[in-house]
Amino acid sequence: MRHRVQTDGGGRIFLGTLVAVVLLVPVLNLLMPDSSSLHMSGYTVTLLGKYMTYAMLAMAVDLVWGYCGILSLGHGAFFALGGYAIGMYLMRQIGTRGVYGDPLLPDFMVFLNWKDLPWFWHGFGSFPFAVLMVFLAPGLLALIFGFLAFRSRVSGVYLSIITQALTYALMLAFFRNDMGFGGNNGFTDFKDILGFNLQAPGTRMVLFLCTALALGGTYVLCRCIITSRAGRVIQAVRDAESRARFLGYRVEYYKLWMFVLSAMLAGLAGALYVTQIGIINPSEFSPANSIEIVIWVAIGGRGTLYGAVVGAFLVNYAKTYFTAALPSMWLYALGALFVFVTLFLPTGVVGFLNARRKRNLRLSAE
Amino acid sequence: MLASLPIGLWCVCAAGFAVADVAAIANVVAVADIPPTAPAATVLEATAPAAAERGLPALLAGLATAGYADKQALIKQMVELHDPRVHAVLEAMLEGNLYSRSSDARVFIVASGTDPLELSDPLTGRAAGTASPDDLSKIGVNNQLRKVLRVAMAQSDLSSPDEAVRLNAVREMLRAVDADGIALLNARLAVESRAAVKREIRAGLALADLDSDDAKTRLAAVEGLSDSLNIDVYNRLSAMIQTSEQGSAGEPDAKVRAAAVAALRGIDLKRGLYSMVQTFLFGLSQGSVLVLAAIGLAITFGVMGVINMAHGELMMLGAYTTYVVQLIMPHHIGASILAAIPAAFVISGLAGIAIERGIVRHLYGRPLETLLATFGLSLILQQAVRDLFSANNRPVETPAWLAGSLQINEVLSITYNRLYIIVFTFALFLLLLAILKRTRLGLEVRAVAQNRAMAKAMGIRTEWVDAMTFGLGSGIAGIAGVALSQLTNVGPNLGQSYIVDCFMVVVFGGVGNVWGTEIGGNALGVVNKVLEPYAGAVLAKIFVLVFLILFIQRRPRGMFPQKGRAAEG
Repeated sequence: MRHRVQTDGGGRIFLGTLVAVVLLVPVLNLLMPDSSSLHMSGYTVTLLGKYMTYAMLAMAVDLVWGYCGILSLGHGAFFALGGYAIGMYLMRQIGTRGVYGDPLLPDFMVFLNWKDLPWFWHGFGSFPFAVLMVFLAPGLLALIFGFLAFRSRVSGVYLSIITQALTYALMLAFFRNDMGFGGNNGFTDFKDILGFNLQAPGTRMVLFLCTALALGGTYVLCRCIITSRAGRVIQAVRDAESRARFLGYRVEYYKLWMFVLSAMLAGLAGALYVTQIGIINPSEFSPANSIEIVIWVAIGGRGTLYGAVVGAFLVNYAKTYFTAALPSMWLYALGALFVFVTLFLPTGVVGFLNARRKRNLRLSAE
Repeated sequence: MLASLPIGLWCVCAAGFAVADVAAIANVVAVADIPPTAPAATVLEATAPAAAERGLPALLAGLATAGYADKQALIKQMVELHDPRVHAVLEAMLEGNLYSRSSDARVFIVASGTDPLELSDPLTGRAAGTASPDDLSKIGVNNQLRKVLRVAMAQSDLSSPDEAVRLNAVREMLRAVDADGIALLNARLAVESRAAVKREIRAGLALADLDSDDAKTRLAAVEGLSDSLNIDVYNRLSAMIQTSEQGSAGEPDAKVRAAAVAALRGIDLKRGLYSMVQTFLFGLSQGSVLVLAAIGLAITFGVMGVINMAHGELMMLGAYTTYVVQLIMPHHIGASILAAIPAAFVISGLAGIAIERGIVRHLYGRPLETLLATFGLSLILQQAVRDLFSANNRPVETPAWLAGSLQINEVLSITYNRLYIIVFTFALFLLLLAILKRTRLGLEVRAVAQNRAMAKAMGIRTEWVDAMTFGLGSGIAGIAGVALSQLTNVGPNLGQSYIVDCFMVVVFGGVGNVWGTEIGGNALGVVNKVLEPYAGAVLAKIFVLVFLILFIQRRPRGMFPQKGRAAEG
């Protein structure tokens, strides 16, 4: 494993940066006094945490798009499902502190005059069960969807369109009050997790560190998979699907497991997102969101994993900046970025930098 | 039973009346039994020759001084004038709003509840200043006169030249049919020329016959009603066959009851049939909206294979073009839509050509990149519209010829905009089909789609064909936008809400053929509308989406896949 990580220059830089962040942020946030210019505010920590969950999501998309050639326009759905799973746990934890003070039912169910907890809400009082569902819910959906799609060899553009339809259908479904997921308000106003207050700086820091750990773990896991023997088969499938099939590989199973894994990683990212941001609603399912994720990967550079991280941070930082400073310019900037990157930087920022470095190396060698 | 309804009404009317009228209300039941036409007739004979020459102004002046018996005669004469102004006078009189001025004995309609009282001249219909209550004296009515007034009003409506007014008058009278009403309706039936009004009158008369004591009359009435779709008739017949808790049926005669059951069964069948037709038409119109949105995409995506995520925004441009055209010609809303169609085609078409030349051209063979770039473009277009116009929806007016609905019978009605959208979409589809199959451009488009290199070798300017094809698809999207501006809100998000549906329709129909899109879109619309009553609008849509996802798994190339060489690309 060490060998696999070491052969990957960009990855080493990424992991190094991540370690530095993990060491520095708690010190800057908790130990530095508020007056110090080096103090990092809780807002910045949450923002960084949010970017990291986006980076995980982008990595999940890169895993299937960059290495498998499956362009999913529905990964936002897996992200949101993970978020909803942990959100259900957090809703149950509110208990009698809700507006209506019902010990069993979340506020929105009391509001809708429901008497009993729906069957699919049972078990979400337990944290381990909720965490299990964070992986299982998106994983199962991806398994069923992927099984049907890959078995019938739906690929390319068609696959993209039906993944988009999938997230669109889920969005419509979750907007309904009758579904039992809070309708268009979704879940919010969470109180605590495992007995710790979600608003406390300490809890937030732990969540931040968990996210960093998960991001690093995701990277190492994905890296291990794609450098393994199975990973090479997967890349062969991406480059020449029919040839791989004729060589005797069960192409659809390789695709399916990558798709399911990617969905689970997206679900984990969603769960970490919701605990830190404190809200989840059906707009997370909107098709435009999922396309945006793909854009992060495209801008960072697909097929490198760390490129996805770079893309997620770049675009989201720009979004934070523009929406505050020049709100009306944001969509122009984002739109122009899409067009520019696809036309002039087909390998993304990372690919561009790598190509330039290689050229420089070659020039200096001459 | 019949008398109780008028009592309630009269009590309400009488609320603003002088105390003297309270005594009259107590007499209602007694009065109602007296045939009111009898005294009216006698007075009429006495005054008619003189009154006929005097016209409405004189009759009105007469009202100010006449006694109750004379008033009846005057009312009768007014009705016979067939003057459209009479209706307002009678209505005002019935409601106690008709006054005469003490100074010059002129008669005015007074708006109730204002101080000083606002007058309007019943002869001109215009406002005639104000007056204090002291200067006016009310033209009084008693209960008998009210009855006469009601009949007179219905009569004046029944002889209105407007078919809709007549139809309404008949329906109004159907609510409480009495002897006077029957007489009036019978008289009208004899001279009525329009079938719809005749049918309505017959139903009304048959309804009245159902209260007859003679079982034979009732039986005939039930049989006469067996093809009526009127909801009152339906309720009345249902009441007849219901048995109360004591075991007595609403209808004592078994034969009549059996006839009612049969009639109801027939009506149920008919209503069911018509409501099925209605659902089908609604579905077709919803499907047509889908087709309209998708048919441009059937060209750019279906024939050229370009995933244009900005397709929705091209429709949005078309819708905004309609808005701008209406701003330019605000006095010709009816024509503005027709003018907007070519304008939208040109604007969206040019935008499409610019997109093709600027972006898509560089990305042929990389469909997923095209998707991303055009999505970026869609964001830019949305924001541009937000900055140019506003983030809010723009009001686009509906011309008069698109408003209203076509009432085929009581159950089946369809709004004109739905009807037009079906026709319009079909026409657009035929036009597109003709362009693709019958023109030089269409031939070249198909040639390039099938084998680009070979087409080029044969001397086709493929680049030019690409630009024109994309422009054609985009222009059609613009035309779709004009139609959508009449159906939904025109705002920056108009396009986005259709984009998923569009792609699903094209894929469902089968990529590469326009008529697959036409049939696919309409089928989806009908399925959606059929599911809606059972599942609700949102759930129906979800079902359709899930069905589509599963369908594409089974048949990835859609309902009508391309065969032969074209399919190999």
